[in-house]
Amino acid sequence: MINDPLIIGGREFSSRFLLGTGKFSLPKTAEVIEAAGTQIVTLALRRANMAFEGNILDFIPDTVTLLPNTSGARNAKEAVRIARLAREAGCGDFVKIEVIHDSKYLMPDNYETIKATEILAKEGFIVMPYISPDLIAARELANVGAAAVMPLAAPIGSNKGLLTREFVKMLVDEIDLPVVVDAGIGAPSHACEAMELGADAVLANTAVATAGDVVAMARAFRMAVEAGRQAYLAGLGRVLDFTGDASSPLTGFLED
Amino acid sequence: MPDFISQKDYDHMERIDSDLMDKVLSLYDRYDPTEYTEAQVRAALCRDSLTIDDFGALLSPAAGSYLEQMAQKAQRVNRKQFGNSVCLYTPLYIANYCTNHCVYCGFNCKNHITRGKLTLPEIETEFKAIASTGLREILILTGESRVHSDLPYIGEAVELAKQYFSTIGIEIYPLNTDEYAFLHEKGADFVSVYQETYNREKYREVHLSGPKRDFSYRFNAQERAILGGMRGVSVGALLGLDNFRKDAFAAGLHAKFLQQKYPHAEVSFSVPRMRPYKNNEKNNPNDVHEPQLLQVMLAFRLFLPFAGISISTRERAGFRDHVMDLCATRISAGSKTGVGGHEEEAKGDEQFVISDPRGVEEIRQMLRERGMQEVFTDYIRL
Repeated sequence: MINDPLIIGGREFSSRFLLGTGKFSLPKTAEVIEAAGTQIVTLALRRANMAFEGNILDFIPDTVTLLPNTSGARNAKEAVRIARLAREAGCGDFVKIEVIHDSKYLMPDNYETIKATEILAKEGFIVMPYISPDLIAARELANVGAAAVMPLAAPIGSNKGLLTREFVKMLVDEIDLPVVVDAGIGAPSHACEAMELGADAVLANTAVATAGDVVAMARAFRMAVEAGRQAYLAGLGRVLDFTGDASSPLTGFLED
Repeated sequence: MPDFISQKDYDHMERIDSDLMDKVLSLYDRYDPTEYTEAQVRAALCRDSLTIDDFGALLSPAAGSYLEQMAQKAQRVNRKQFGNSVCLYTPLYIANYCTNHCVYCGFNCKNHITRGKLTLPEIETEFKAIASTGLREILILTGESRVHSDLPYIGEAVELAKQYFSTIGIEIYPLNTDEYAFLHEKGADFVSVYQETYNREKYREVHLSGPKRDFSYRFNAQERAILGGMRGVSVGALLGLDNFRKDAFAAGLHAKFLQQKYPHAEVSFSVPRMRPYKNNEKNNPNDVHEPQLLQVMLAFRLFLPFAGISISTRERAGFRDHVMDLCATRISAGSKTGVGGHEEEAKGDEQFVISDPRGVEEIRQMLRERGMQEVFTDYIRL
């Protein structure tokens, strides 16, 4: 698309599809990234085995921006420590804050996430917090220096699609930061829907990783995200609720 | 009154105020696996999230003819939750002295076996040998003897392990909350304690003496471990000791209620079956054959999709290979169940005879061939 970059933390990206790298085989990583056309990939620092072969960092092309996440953190303090470790490990300044205090539903803890975001933003990180789509929390995140917000579409790994549509829409309408829809996106059509709604980008992992053909699915997502973006920019046509308009105007009596 | 438990051991046991045991046991007592029909099994298989009753159905004899359907569904759930990742670990027994008389176990204090305990330099030699294979997750085990393997000794072993491993689990005698906090401080984050059986009468029959005879102190160990700051706990029953369906049912509820009460804790399962051991070569899992074991594992996966499931070398290679892509999340490699034995010759006899001697590289190869991704580190100690 001509001159429609995604800007996060002052950096420009032409791709609006972010990819998670968990859940599939390392040797496939580069090929999937290429098919997805993605320029930002997340990785779990806890999975990055620095000392031994099989380090995920070896499988990610240099041209891609790393977005290390703080998975494993149960509170703000732990998220901050993991973020610092990621920077020390050479993963750059981007960080996706993930604070999870629930091993069953894996729902993010917005409150602790805000605390971690505030600390890390002050330290110069480009902070992208993963949140439950809550307008109040998102406003607070914008106030404390987040570079984007990453609301979930549905429970992580569920592939259920944009169940939080109305709440994500509030963020799109009200928050002056890129909105990256993350988690729960199960099919390219879901990604497209989020983009049509006005999301700035979409992140997927499980939906790609558990597909029959991982590479082909990455490509399908890329196309769906592009289509959704174009539809959003084009301005969706009117969608009528149920029937056509009444043929005689209801306000005609004013002319009487 | 303690019977066959020394007064000193008994007095040391911390009693926490918890309703977990009553909740599990009241459901256990009412559970009759033979009451379920195939229609109930089919209904359970249709549901997105299982009720306790659905879980009971999947463990019932009626579900025996639905193994394939259970496996199909479990695989979908497993892949969604964990992708194709499999965590690798190995156990290291640092001592095999034991003060308990458990009739099913090779380490029991009445069994005439060679006892041993590694010195700290010996432990370090073992750690080095294990770490050189690429493994970063270790499970440190002892027999249950507070005298021979006292807490400071285990603490030193854990502290040493920190230099070589990102994830340290312990499988030792149950501790008090402050003792768990002590080992957590040293670097341990995961605790395994197995109830063996949830049938209290049977429990007394097979634990003839020693502190392990105290059912409730053992039952509440996971909760004390979490209260002591541990990140994860595992539960399990020794399948084949008593009615395995009822024991698996109780273990599943134990895990469910633990997670519900402590949502941040990571809860996982082990599924040990009885194995032959020295001086009791006939010890066997009774009516728990591979189909029954698989049924239990699949039922766990479907009941608690988020829970980890480990598969040890008690099982043969072919079985282990297949369950990795259906329901298990962790597999041990290069296991030894004697004392030490990874680098130096073992100093003590084995707890049980292992069925899968493959080393890390072979397991890794197997996973790759099956389209799975081995994971050595999945944890950052903070």
